[in-house]
Amino acid sequence: MKAVVTVTGTDKKGIIAKVSSFLASKGANIEDISQTVMGEYFAMIMMVEVAGSDSDLAALAKECSEMGKTIGMAIHMQHEDIFKAMHNV
Amino acid sequence: MFTNFDVLETINMVEKEHLDIRTITMGLSLLSCVRDSAEATATAVYDLVCKKAENIVKTADELSGEYGIPIVNKRVSVTPVSLITAAFPEKSALVGKALDDAAERLGIDFLGGYSALVHKSTAEYERKFIQTIPEVLATTKRLCSSVNVGSTKSGINMEAVRLMGETFKEAARLTADSDGMGAAKLVAFCNAVEDNPFMAGAFHGVGEADVVVNVGVSGPGVVKCALEKIPDANLTDAAEMIKRTAFKITRAGQLVAKEAAKRLHAEFGIVDLSLAPTPAVGDSVAAILEELGIETVGGHGTTAALAMLNDAVKKGGVMASSRVGGLSGAFIPVSEDIGMIKAAEKGAITLDKLEAMTCVCSVGLDMIAVPGDTPATTIAAIIADEAAIGMINQKTTAVRIIPAPGKKVGDEVNFGGLLGRAPVMPVHNCDSSKLINRGGSIPAPIHSFKN
Repeated sequence: MKAVVTVTGTDKKGIIAKVSSFLASKGANIEDISQTVMGEYFAMIMMVEVAGSDSDLAALAKECSEMGKTIGMAIHMQHEDIFKAMHNV
Repeated sequence: MFTNFDVLETINMVEKEHLDIRTITMGLSLLSCVRDSAEATATAVYDLVCKKAENIVKTADELSGEYGIPIVNKRVSVTPVSLITAAFPEKSALVGKALDDAAERLGIDFLGGYSALVHKSTAEYERKFIQTIPEVLATTKRLCSSVNVGSTKSGINMEAVRLMGETFKEAARLTADSDGMGAAKLVAFCNAVEDNPFMAGAFHGVGEADVVVNVGVSGPGVVKCALEKIPDANLTDAAEMIKRTAFKITRAGQLVAKEAAKRLHAEFGIVDLSLAPTPAVGDSVAAILEELGIETVGGHGTTAALAMLNDAVKKGGVMASSRVGGLSGAFIPVSEDIGMIKAAEKGAITLDKLEAMTCVCSVGLDMIAVPGDTPATTIAAIIADEAAIGMINQKTTAVRIIPAPGKKVGDEVNFGGLLGRAPVMPVHNCDSSKLINRGGSIPAPIHSFKN
């Protein structure tokens, strides 16, 4: 299934490298990346393909968020359906 | 598809504006649990609830993790218990205890349906059942109770109204050590709905499927933040903004409801479009009304602003969900909304203004503390007023009022958690006992005869 990963926080070196290698180690394939820095604020949104079942996603989302804390960034991983539902008629 | 802006907007709603799914409520029919004794019925009820709802907490937690949206409450509603204990109404408490035990085992905070439907008249078994309510609410923790005392089709059963005045008093008296908590788990309805996912008034109607999942969405904070972005907009534009926001919130609820129903092997029931506040700062319906331009909620203009808010929420929500039901409107519980609490403390909002507000929104006089020495007939008269509003306007109205034992105006009751705290508000001291003690019923209004 596809999930959206967002990474936000204060810009620093190595964010993309750390996040993408973490995702690779979890078997998630990055299909699209959009990233920007506004002043000191870093924001990255990725579309990733995640293997396994829906319940695996909840566990992986938790791991992502914890990994984010170790590098001082807020990381969310969410099923793409929530955005489709909320932002499409 | 969605844009980066959309993604960040959703995350912002959750992180900063308190967007959440307020409740996933599983409705369960208990009709198959009727046995030839109260004891056997109670056992069957316990087994059924534990089995059918065993995965509700786990499933809700999984969905919350996958979609990144908190699901605050996991709850169960059941067939009105008076129907399944009709053969042994004096022993209804055994079933109440079984339901409370089941709720504890499931790890849910509330279970609703210790209820009776007496909107036309009170059968003997229902009279006996209602008499068990105060004791049951005092000896259980998670069980909620409701009684439907009137409807547009049948009028108002004034004997039931009188009985409920006494029931609220007794429920509060038996729980005096917790500020009358028993009364906070009790609701008197007019035009009660069968698919309401919100407590304390949830029960599972007899017209429903065996196992149903109903979802209540929320998000007063999200609506307020959306309005903050257009501080000088006229009310047409403000209504449009509320509508759009309600659409997004409800879509999240619809997604979760459908997925939860699938995983719990239940029928998808309804999405309830209510704006439900919590005592947390930034999660207040009162704050939306104040954002629209009233200095303090309760001031003149509050009813108009609330009417607009309620309507816009419905219009956005109806478009977003394939099946809408429950109470669907803005809630104005005093103790559960920090803006309401502050207004009540200042004396800016009164019982009379709250009653006016209930004409234009769901649901009614909710979580209002009044002096402990308020006579039962006065409480019954408050219920009658509220039921009359519901009956004439063909809408649901409810009363959840706490005659706080030993407290007087200016004191405070504190239930903690989601139920919050409330200043004790004054009631009119004139005597309404003659009206209440007349008995009989208020006949159904002429406009209910539509056949």
